[in-house]
Amino acid sequence: MAAINRDEVAHLAQLAHIEMSDDELDRMATELAVIVDSIKSVSEAAGDDVPATSHPIPLTNVMREDVVGHVLTVEEALSGAPDAASGRFKVPAILEES
Amino acid sequence: MTANELIRSSASAMAAKLAAKEVSAVELTQAHLDRIAEVDGGARGVHAFLHVNTDEALAVAADVDARRAAGEELHELAGVPIAVKDLIVTKGQPTTAASKILEGWMSPYDATVVKKLRAARMPLLGKTNLDEFAMGSSTEHSAYGPTRNPWDLDRIPGGSGGGSAAAVAAFEAPLALGTDTGGSIRQPGAVTGTVGVKPTYGAVSRYGAIAMASSLDQIGPVSRTVLDSALLQEVIGGYDPLDSTSLTDPSTGLVAAARVGNVKGMKVGVIKELHGEGFQTGVEKRFNESVELLRSAGAEIVEVSCPNFRYALGAYYLIMPSEASSNLAKYDGVRFGMRTLPAEGPLTIERVMSATRAAGFGDEVKRRIILGTYALSAGYYDAYYGSAQKVRTLIQNDFAAAFAQVDVLISPTSPVTAFKLGEKIHDPLSMYLNDIATIPANLAGVPGLTLPGGLADEDGLPVGIQLLAPAREDARLYRVGAVLESLLEAQWGGPILDKAPALAELVKTAAAAKEAN
Repeated sequence: MAAINRDEVAHLAQLAHIEMSDDELDRMATELAVIVDSIKSVSEAAGDDVPATSHPIPLTNVMREDVVGHVLTVEEALSGAPDAASGRFKVPAILEES
Repeated sequence: MTANELIRSSASAMAAKLAAKEVSAVELTQAHLDRIAEVDGGARGVHAFLHVNTDEALAVAADVDARRAAGEELHELAGVPIAVKDLIVTKGQPTTAASKILEGWMSPYDATVVKKLRAARMPLLGKTNLDEFAMGSSTEHSAYGPTRNPWDLDRIPGGSGGGSAAAVAAFEAPLALGTDTGGSIRQPGAVTGTVGVKPTYGAVSRYGAIAMASSLDQIGPVSRTVLDSALLQEVIGGYDPLDSTSLTDPSTGLVAAARVGNVKGMKVGVIKELHGEGFQTGVEKRFNESVELLRSAGAEIVEVSCPNFRYALGAYYLIMPSEASSNLAKYDGVRFGMRTLPAEGPLTIERVMSATRAAGFGDEVKRRIILGTYALSAGYYDAYYGSAQKVRTLIQNDFAAAFAQVDVLISPTSPVTAFKLGEKIHDPLSMYLNDIATIPANLAGVPGLTLPGGLADEDGLPVGIQLLAPAREDARLYRVGAVLESLLEAQWGGPILDKAPALAELVKTAAAAKEAN
């Protein structure tokens, strides 16, 4: 299995939308390399014949009647937003202006 | 009875005094608020609380007193105050998850467990400190400063629920709510000399618990006695249509189990892989004594092997960050929480999001998000996340084989006693190892309880004993736990917390010493 390096951390930080300084990338790469090394034995633990478990207690789909239940009011939903206008979340520009 | 004696009683004893009208709910709540004022604040205070809910707590208490005076039938715990981990959302009080990204955030709704506490008319004392988003084993990763261990103010109270455990150990609250994803209720319980329970996955609704790893997270009780945790789990447990993973089993029989009072004929399994090497000498010694006590009380002790537990930590550190990286994607600087604008350049949503998350998340949260993003990325998914899910099956099989032989399992809760603040903060891997004995229960969804097992000879600090039972058999933990607790307390001549230092003086002396410097 490939070790995790600085370039990879930079790419992952971009995917995860977390800005990182050069120092932070260096530190994160070193720390993650140690952690990844210690957990890679997991890939050797189980053979192909072992089924995967996604949830601890097996459950089937939970259904309910198709009626409106408790919902937040618009005011409640927007109460924690950093910016809102006309009953909607206000977001910065989606595209960079050229 | 003085206020100081009152706050040291168990929640069930407080409930009895309220019912007998020996004390009012307002007096009881005020005694705890006074204690918080005395020991929690200042440069060297315990710092278990991020928010104290004085006015509402006293109003609820006054309402309980009025209803009781009018002869109304009340819940057994009505008027008994409780603290809530700040990972659980509450109307009327800020919820921060100990993160800068949620500083000052007010939830527009209550968690189901909080609704249940309100229905039982339990005054909410406030919100307790934790590692940011419950990621840590020491509460040092809180964005608002660490909590201190009431046994030694230079030591960690465990984590992530160090605030809830310390609040209960410091007599700032008789009860608290915690959450446990890999040991965050049990390990703090162990290092503070208190009781904590991670119920069966789904036995208590997770609705309103800020998600870290949804297939592992579980809300549970924190207290000073086994019976008190049973009382609290009966209040908060049960089916909730708002949580799709909620079990339909009723939340009953736990208090009765805690009152059975014998373990004759029960089979208790000692997990070979979870003691001995890697466990502190004093922890191992107290653990062995607890096993012998259960034997002397008529339990049959059997050694069992869970060979795949050695992969549990690795599997956990793949599954948990994977789920966390997904769950924490919602902190985008748009819908709630903070928004930080980039220092320069165009203000696009992507750049605002990256700047917000850079400023709002602490190091450990970033580490886990990056690790989770890595484990889930194309090319690594099968080798990491896929393998970890298979290990989960192997661990469930180990539990199934063990529980075919025994009724409950026993191990130390934490391999070590409370370490010094700062000792492991720069070594993530050694911090992760604190949860070696608690993680398997989360991966398999089985319930676990920790109770104090005495003090380690080498440092005089509390040791935790962990009991594990099959899924949906939480009652067994309370039965065995209560018996072991009474046997141990008979030896000690009282609760273990009677041996803790006098905190009020400790906090004052420490603060004065700091000022003199």
